[in-house]
Amino acid sequence: MIRTPLRPLARILDARARGENPEAIERENLRLRHEQMRDRARARAEGRLLILGFLFLCAFTAVGGRMAVLAASDEPGEPRAIASGAAIVAQRADITDRRGRILATNLATHSLYAQPPLMIDKARAARELAEIFPDLDRDRLLRQFTGKRKFLWIKRQISPEQMQQVHDIGDPGLLFGPREMRLYPNGKLAAHVLGGTRFGQEGVHSAEVVGVAGVEKAFDEYLRDPANGAAPLRLSLDLTVQAAARRVLAGGMTLLNAKGAAAVLMDVHTGEVISLISLPDFDPNDRPAPLNMGHPSDSPLFNRAVQGVYELGSTFKTFAIAQALELGLVEPDTMIDTEGPLRWGKYSINDFHDYGDKLSVTDVIVESSNIGTAHIAQKIGAERQRDFLGRLGLLKPTGLEMVEAPGIEPLLPAKWSELSTMTISYGHGLSVSPLHLAAAYATIANGGRRIEPTLLAGNGVQQGERVISETVSAKVRKMLRQVVVRGTASMADVEGYAVAGKTGSADKPKPTGGYYKDRVISTFASMFPADDPRYVLVVTLDEPEDRTGSEPRRTAGWTAVPVAAEIIRRVAPLLGLRPAIEPAPGFGVTLAGN
Amino acid sequence: MRPFYFVLSTLAVMALAFWAYQENYRTRQALDQVESLQTQIAEMRATLAMLRAEWAYLNRPERLAELAELNFDRLGLMPLRPEQFGLIRQVSYPLAELPAISTPIDLVGNLEQKP
Repeated sequence: MIRTPLRPLARILDARARGENPEAIERENLRLRHEQMRDRARARAEGRLLILGFLFLCAFTAVGGRMAVLAASDEPGEPRAIASGAAIVAQRADITDRRGRILATNLATHSLYAQPPLMIDKARAARELAEIFPDLDRDRLLRQFTGKRKFLWIKRQISPEQMQQVHDIGDPGLLFGPREMRLYPNGKLAAHVLGGTRFGQEGVHSAEVVGVAGVEKAFDEYLRDPANGAAPLRLSLDLTVQAAARRVLAGGMTLLNAKGAAAVLMDVHTGEVISLISLPDFDPNDRPAPLNMGHPSDSPLFNRAVQGVYELGSTFKTFAIAQALELGLVEPDTMIDTEGPLRWGKYSINDFHDYGDKLSVTDVIVESSNIGTAHIAQKIGAERQRDFLGRLGLLKPTGLEMVEAPGIEPLLPAKWSELSTMTISYGHGLSVSPLHLAAAYATIANGGRRIEPTLLAGNGVQQGERVISETVSAKVRKMLRQVVVRGTASMADVEGYAVAGKTGSADKPKPTGGYYKDRVISTFASMFPADDPRYVLVVTLDEPEDRTGSEPRRTAGWTAVPVAAEIIRRVAPLLGLRPAIEPAPGFGVTLAGN
Repeated sequence: MRPFYFVLSTLAVMALAFWAYQENYRTRQALDQVESLQTQIAEMRATLAMLRAEWAYLNRPERLAELAELNFDRLGLMPLRPEQFGLIRQVSYPLAELPAISTPIDLVGNLEQKP
């Protein structure tokens, strides 16, 4: 840059020549220079300010932009303000009876495990643990603690008291984890229906509870599904009825020296099983291990009402008679030949007593004549009989919602010959479970519509296939009522409830073939009240023997019938059935005040 | 006039910021409270489940039957029998008491023929 001099000589000389002050020129130039300098400095400062402003703008934009991004974007956080409906509950659902009383629930307990590397005084811990839990072995524990293991379970479930005691040992290597425990507060009641549970996948913080039998296994998926929100599974059982029936049945079983007993009480319209008992039973809280040897029916785990298939004897006569009436082959007063013994090939069919030459159809069933029923079955024929029993549901597994039920196939004869037809008509040659029988009797009782037994409450009246007509159903009920009024089941005449039913005493088959002479399955299949049945009750006793008389009595009339009558007497009022009798005297209101 | 508006808007911004800050903290507090309440609810649910189980256990029919037998002389509880059903019209309710006739009242009246 060329610097302009403050005192240019030419202008000074000019000024001097004109007599002006040359200082003014210098001042003027100085002023101009200062102005130039000032303008430059201002331009620079303005530039700096601009840059600074731009930087600030950038910074604020960045901060503001980030804030906007943060404000706009929904950061996935814990949804803390959600209303607590607890729609998802990771817990096995409860099981209740039809009136909502708890049959199975969960209890929070703790599990105890050890981490040996963290343990301080292993010998002392082993000693004190063995003191708290007598079933643990001290030396074995010590070996496990001092071995190579980094983790071991000590107890799957412990009570709060035991937990406190273990806590008092004070070893940091003994640790607790939460553990859900399945609790059956009613103990043995309904044990077979509920089944039981075990632990599946185990972790320190929780363990899977898995059903092993009965309803617990059949509905395992449903009970474990968290989406149900722990809505309980409502069964059709009635706890009070179940308790009363079990008490009576257990008493009867003891009095009659029976090996086992089963009872099924079912609503004839809805097919709901109100009570299902099999004795001997077990405590599902402490489910016994299955038998390793012997017949499974020797184990208390065996459900005689569902899993046990037996030849149920004369109770089957009802079906032969009902079918003959439905087909119009006979009428209740048709006379049937009962002259015995009835010979068929090398077999002969006998009656318990000799009933003379002829009996009416009603009397055939009242007196329980095998020969008479066999004659009726001959008129029906094998094909039609098989079809009819199939439509009653006696030839297939029942659809009961227990894991055992679908596997229980009735035992059919290999070849359904005419002889089979005759024997099946009075209950030999076809083995079904008491539950099958109850469902078939419910079909007969409710006016002829097929009933599928169910354990779930609240599904309403079943509109099944029609098996027999209303009129035939009424006729059969009338005959069955006669069995109680004047026939083999006279002990079942419970005052006020008009019980109708049919007895059945079947000799037990030997495993080697043939039949035992002194071992029977005695059954009473009943319905009440007879004019408009509401419930069906099937009671089966395994090898009962009434030893009160001079010689042991085994027929159902002396064994299953009185037990069933007592069950009805106890249970019918609990079911809310009004008896058709006068109330006891002294019925009134006593005025009381305070 | 303009500086007054500047001051006013600055004050308004400050007041709003303060209000937003307070709201924010109140919300957080409420959420914390909700969380602690939910913990409490969970605890109470667990207690409730435990109590239900205990109730069911104490009311199991077996135990009730035993208790009824033990206390038979005081309670006299028997199983429900068919005879215990009755109809409401068979109940002999006591008759409602009529008020006693104390002092006789003289009734005097005139019979008038209606036109």
